Amino acid sequence: MAILEVQNLRKSFGSTLVLDDISFTMEKGAVLSLIGSSGSGKTTLLRCLNFLERPDSGIIRVNGETLLDAAAATASDFHRNLRLKRLHFGLVFQSFNLFPQYTALENVMLAEKLLAREQPDWKERKAARLQEIQAHAESLLTDMGLKDRMNNYPHQLSGGQCQRVAIARALALNPDILCFDEPTSALDPELTGEVLRVIRGLASLHTTMIIVTHEMSFARDVADHIIFLDSGKICEEGTPEEVFGNPQQERTRQFLSNYAQQ
Amino acid sequence: MSFGEQLPIVFSALNTGFLQTMRLFLITLVGALPLGMLLAIGEMSRFRLLRTIIKTVVWIIRGSPLMIQLLIIFYFPGLVFNTPLWGSGESGRLAAASVAFIINYACYFCEIFRGGIQSIPVGQEEAGLVLGMKPTQIFFRVKLLQVIKAILPPISNEIITLVKDTSLARIIALQEIIWAGQAFMKGSRGISGVIWPLFFTGVYYLAFTGILTLLFGRLEKKLSFFR
Repeated sequence: MAILEVQNLRKSFGSTLVLDDISFTMEKGAVLSLIGSSGSGKTTLLRCLNFLERPDSGIIRVNGETLLDAAAATASDFHRNLRLKRLHFGLVFQSFNLFPQYTALENVMLAEKLLAREQPDWKERKAARLQEIQAHAESLLTDMGLKDRMNNYPHQLSGGQCQRVAIARALALNPDILCFDEPTSALDPELTGEVLRVIRGLASLHTTMIIVTHEMSFARDVADHIIFLDSGKICEEGTPEEVFGNPQQERTRQFLSNYAQQ
Repeated sequence: MSFGEQLPIVFSALNTGFLQTMRLFLITLVGALPLGMLLAIGEMSRFRLLRTIIKTVVWIIRGSPLMIQLLIIFYFPGLVFNTPLWGSGESGRLAAASVAFIINYACYFCEIFRGGIQSIPVGQEEAGLVLGMKPTQIFFRVKLLQVIKAILPPISNEIITLVKDTSLARIIALQEIIWAGQAFMKGSRGISGVIWPLFFTGVYYLAFTGILTLLFGRLEKKLSFFR
């Protein structure tokens, strides 16, 4: 069974149609890369999956559970259990959006701590739970190569380090699907490398990921499946070999040749 | 009366006046900070009518002199409805001055709070949301400290201005420190035609704003651990 099914997703802002009938499925452990020029709807698609935008119509299903049937949903349906639905997804932002007043470790622990407090057995197990949460956060940050940076505040970290903290923060809640919105666009080439290395590592551990990126060579070798979006539509999709090696659509060829020239 | 004999009399009077200044200052803060927060929340609400009403009130209050507001609030009820709302004597004057100051300062605080809250990048809220946090958790755990850091300089500015603005209450004869100093010109406690006590009130203001400046400086330093 597919871990993620998206059917006929539509979203417009005012009179501009940003997502036009988007449908795709993903298997567990797969890596999907969304490519396309700015304004093609990649980011909006990720924001819809993370319930930061409310689609006009379409269905989002995770593990067979329908999280959203936008055409049937009223505003209150959309907002019901919104937090639980969101937890199926994680999102890593282009601009990190770390919480500046918390250390790297605290950034990673915060959400898990707040969720743990809502459990009925929180009071009895408080100390043990806090220890677990801290150990979990520490191991995630160690995996990200930030063992000696855990107690630094975001302003004391480089952009690449910040983004790796943000990845650890998103992983802390064990999302079914981890989404990346141009994770390296705010970084210089040197720092881009260290973040891409971390994402590659996650792919080798079979983390289910959707990655919006402008790094074509990275998309090509990390993704199992590529979707090329153009003006809100899926223009072309397939394996990296198919899309990059032998694009069928004129628009895809044109888009890719712009990258080849760089 | 020699200068040496004047001194204790003058200081005792100025201290009493300064106590009244302090009262007005503290009452205003305690009232205007929460009221300003409420106004700011209202100004950001979804209800257009509420936003418009608050914006209009803020415009009127910020757009007219505090001295006129003081005079209207103190005299208007008695003159027009023939019911002196404020009671007689010093306590009535303090009540009227407090109401005028609270309304006036709440409007300034409202704009500072609103600006501070809106200055926090929307990404902070979104990061909290995708991590499954509730809106209240996002406000208190993520945004609040950033807002406090952002508004500390303008708030300390307003508070220092408030120290000196309390002197406007002299216009409705509130017996604050300016009133106390001025009394020795016309004659009070056996001293008359003396102007130095009025000038000397400035030292009280300087000392107090000096303490506040140090305090806010320390607070700002405390919040400098993040950016």
